Amino acid sequence: MLELLWLIPALPYAGFAVLAVAGGRLSRSVTASLGVIPVGLSAAVALLVGIEFIWFWPENTYAQLLWTWIAVGRFTPTIGFYLDALSLVMILVVTVIGFLILLYSVGFMMRSEGYSRFFAYMNLFVASMLTLVMADNLLLLYLGWEGVGLCSYLLIGFWYNDPANGRAAIKAFLVTRVGDASMAVGLFLIFVSLGTLQIQEIMQKAEIQWAIGSGIAIAASALLLGGALGKSAQLPLQTWLPDAMAGPTPVSALIHAATMVTAGVYLIARTHVLFTLAPPVLTAVAVIGAITLLIAGLSALTQHDIKRALAYSTMSQVGYMFLALGVGAWSAAIFHFVTHACFKALLFLAAGVVIQGLNEEHNMFKMGGLRRVIPGTFWAFIVGAASLSALPLVTAGFYSKDLILMEAWSSQAGNGWLWLAGLIGTLLTSVYAFRMVFLTFFGEAKTEFHKRADITMKIPLAILALLSIVAGFIETPQGLGNMTLFSDFMETALPALPTLPTGSLTVIAKIAVPIISLIGLYLAYLLFVRRPGWVRRATETPVGSLLHAYWLSGWGFDWLYSRLIVRPFVRMADWNRQDAIDLVYDAVAGICMVSSDALALTQTGKIRWYAAAITVGVLIFIAIVVLG
Amino acid sequence: MLVWLILIPLVGGVLAWLFDRAGNRWPRWISLFAFGIDLALVLLLWVEHPGEVDLTANRAWFAEIQVPWISSMGITIHLAIDGISLLLVMLSCFLGIMATIASWTEIRERVGLFHFNLTWTVAGIIGVFLSLDLFLFYFFWELMLIPMYFLIALWGHENRSYASVKFFLFTQVGGLAMLLGILGIYFVHGRQTGIYTFDYSELLGTRMSPNTALLLMLSFLAAFLVKLPALPFHAWLPDAHTEAPTGGSVILAGLLLKTGAYGILRFAVPLFPGAALQIAPWAMMVGVIGILYGAVLAFAQTDLKRLVAYTSVSHMGFVLLGIFAWNELALQGVIIQMLCHGISAGALFMLVGSLQERLRTRDTRRMGGLWPVAPRTGGAMLFFALASLGLPGMGNFVGEFLVLLGTYRVSILLTVIAAGGFIVSTVYALWMIQRALYGPNEEGWRIPDLSMREVGAMTAMVLAILWLGLYPRPFIHTAGHGLDQIQKIVRQARADRTIMPPIESARVR
Repeated sequence: MLELLWLIPALPYAGFAVLAVAGGRLSRSVTASLGVIPVGLSAAVALLVGIEFIWFWPENTYAQLLWTWIAVGRFTPTIGFYLDALSLVMILVVTVIGFLILLYSVGFMMRSEGYSRFFAYMNLFVASMLTLVMADNLLLLYLGWEGVGLCSYLLIGFWYNDPANGRAAIKAFLVTRVGDASMAVGLFLIFVSLGTLQIQEIMQKAEIQWAIGSGIAIAASALLLGGALGKSAQLPLQTWLPDAMAGPTPVSALIHAATMVTAGVYLIARTHVLFTLAPPVLTAVAVIGAITLLIAGLSALTQHDIKRALAYSTMSQVGYMFLALGVGAWSAAIFHFVTHACFKALLFLAAGVVIQGLNEEHNMFKMGGLRRVIPGTFWAFIVGAASLSALPLVTAGFYSKDLILMEAWSSQAGNGWLWLAGLIGTLLTSVYAFRMVFLTFFGEAKTEFHKRADITMKIPLAILALLSIVAGFIETPQGLGNMTLFSDFMETALPALPTLPTGSLTVIAKIAVPIISLIGLYLAYLLFVRRPGWVRRATETPVGSLLHAYWLSGWGFDWLYSRLIVRPFVRMADWNRQDAIDLVYDAVAGICMVSSDALALTQTGKIRWYAAAITVGVLIFIAIVVLG
Repeated sequence: MLVWLILIPLVGGVLAWLFDRAGNRWPRWISLFAFGIDLALVLLLWVEHPGEVDLTANRAWFAEIQVPWISSMGITIHLAIDGISLLLVMLSCFLGIMATIASWTEIRERVGLFHFNLTWTVAGIIGVFLSLDLFLFYFFWELMLIPMYFLIALWGHENRSYASVKFFLFTQVGGLAMLLGILGIYFVHGRQTGIYTFDYSELLGTRMSPNTALLLMLSFLAAFLVKLPALPFHAWLPDAHTEAPTGGSVILAGLLLKTGAYGILRFAVPLFPGAALQIAPWAMMVGVIGILYGAVLAFAQTDLKRLVAYTSVSHMGFVLLGIFAWNELALQGVIIQMLCHGISAGALFMLVGSLQERLRTRDTRRMGGLWPVAPRTGGAMLFFALASLGLPGMGNFVGEFLVLLGTYRVSILLTVIAAGGFIVSTVYALWMIQRALYGPNEEGWRIPDLSMREVGAMTAMVLAILWLGLYPRPFIHTAGHGLDQIQKIVRQARADRTIMPPIESARVR
């Protein structure tokens, strides 16, 4: 079975190719099946491969070489795939969640124009994402990396009639490309100093050749981190994600929540040895994660648009993953990636039902009372929000977030401050998560609901809701079953975290997350159901309104970048539209013309003038001779 | 064989002119046919020589021919082909076909004469890629110039006379400077050895003082840098590309620019290795500035054709950068970049041309919302815009990545700045797509989509770019030997020479 590995990305690539060539001429049902089946098959192959790899394969890795891509001297990157615990988990999440979201899209996109274009792009996305996570070398990874960026661009701007969508799409591609340029330079550096781009070789060689904390290790991992920050929407390259919500909701679920935005997390985990060799960069990862999770959490609290709130939430949750990576808790980060993929996809898809039912209404303050209208979606959303808030015991999000906070506290690189940031983040998370629930589903109905989800949309919601609960049980803390299936498996690919002797304070740490998340739930209930006046009054005070506006706009980063970079660039380009260098040549040509015209004036054809000119000339000549 | 490569288009051109009276179809088919045979010949040669030259025979070339022409002055007809020339000749024939297809419906007046000029330009370009006699090289250099001038001046758009004169003046001044350089090296070599010859292989390794070498090389570079074009000699390009008919733009962007790069690669550096080393840091800097400057200007344009023209300035900056980085990675990157830029810029010009033919405007401010109207045009344009911004999986990425990887070994700073080109190219490419294809269709355009003929041409070009992007090894393999040879020549010459500026050489190595 393992030799079928190449089929996993090849199937969606084929789906894309067929839809791209023949798309427009096919009926909707054929298009839908051509869009969904390749990813479904790919998921099936991935499951079979996974089963064989976990239970029947004697080694911890499997590599498949398809062909040598480029061969110039020692530079021989391949088209080849690498399977280990890390990539297998990524593959499974991408194909299974991808399949569910595509299934949902069959119904969701039914009335939209560009049906086949949508499925073509989505297939290309899944294929690129699989290339990214399966690549055995950084150049192929980069191909997938740019491929997902492209699909993100194409799908954010999917409804191209509105120029605002186009701008959001360009912004997303451009901001991530800033990170990508940094990553490309990182690739140059790695190749020139280590002589290879094969990921496993790089890590072996780096461990031998680079000292811990050496300049080159720091430079290499910092450059890669640049790429990761862009893709994963972390500070300071996070500004594109909220605007990316201009795309269709399934796109937001798949690309901008479940998979692509976590590519940065994957990259860091994949090249973890380089980051381990550069402790300052690793610290930076943790700190960036902590700050991002806090500011994005606060921004999520103030949003009106349900999708923007979810976008900030994604940013914040990816911040948790970065925090985990930064303290060396590799498998905790990947665990949170898995659970987050389930519950955030669920939340987006449920939100999609709401938005479509309310005739493209995004503003949560115009929703309300939907609890009785669409109970199924309501419960799905509740499950998602509970998992996001890490409500204890029954949700997947609890186990992964709890693990991250434990390790942020107890690991060598961790400290109390990081832990505290994560804890405050937990409070924010459950407040904003249940704020969404209460605003959308409770209270009075404000807008008429008219379109219900069809069966292709309901099945994915049900499965994802189930996953959002049970996915956590594969890894439970001591005292709660002490299940370590996930971390045991991950340790075949990623080093385990050395646990420090646990002090008495860990008891507090252990009960902190459940308590705080429940407090957050109550707080949301208090503020948005019982005493909505409090919030209103708070935002009416001068400080409150200022903070509200500031958080709502995502801490003013857009404003800053627009003034510092975008406007000066556009102004400079406009100013030089005529090409200053060209003007120099035009000036030369102009001078030639003018002097030619001037000299032509002397050709009057009048003998008197010529005679006079000759006389003057002779006189000057004589004067020069005599006086000289 | 090599003579045929040049003769077939020449004869084809004459026939096309003669058959003008038989109807407009005849010249088109004749021109297509001529390029087709030529392409078949090159492909045949490629299959015979995928890479290695017969080493036992100790030959440097896949094929070579040398017959005396003007013996008293040491001028011979010396043609030879190695991997580098082979790939470029192949590109020439391929783009010749594309240019003919692009002109199929656009050119309706004096069709015979048009195709005569088109085929003769391409013949001149093929001659440039094959000549090993400097005099012959100069002859072909001029041969490609004059019909190109007529293509712009007679079949161009509104502002054609300005553009064609500008084009002619720039390239002619450069060309004359090169002629002086050719004569210079001819006499220097003649005085030293007593053998007066224009033959490339004889002139290699001519000894001269550093100042003479620098002067002579600069006179060669005058011609090549104008053609490439490098900053600040690019001013002719936007006008010429914009005003030329579509077929002319395809040839200009796809091929004519490559002759400049080829000239530097084959002549300027190997003939004057020391001087090349001396100016390498400056040339690389000019390349990097060109990358960014061209990209920023492309973004500012509102004329779609002018926009594409400025992207050429940007992409050829990578070529200049790579040539003067002068190592295996960078040079292979240069070859791939030349091939891919030829195809992708050619394709973009064809698409813009087809839009202009239908919309009667090139102004992006009047476009918008064309995607649903002409989805095939849109898809092709998106594809080549992405190729242009260097998306991995497409050949342009391979070229640019290799160039930068090679440059990194020489100068980290320049590499980092040039990597900024990735960002600026994203800006102009996406902005172009946004302006032309997306947004509301405010002018209510209703235009026919690409015809089957155009779809065929686009498919061929898309496949070529994907081939170069996903499996460029055959091309790399073919170019490898030729690049080894010129690198060897330069290495030897530099080793022989005692006078060498020590600081720069250390930096470049």
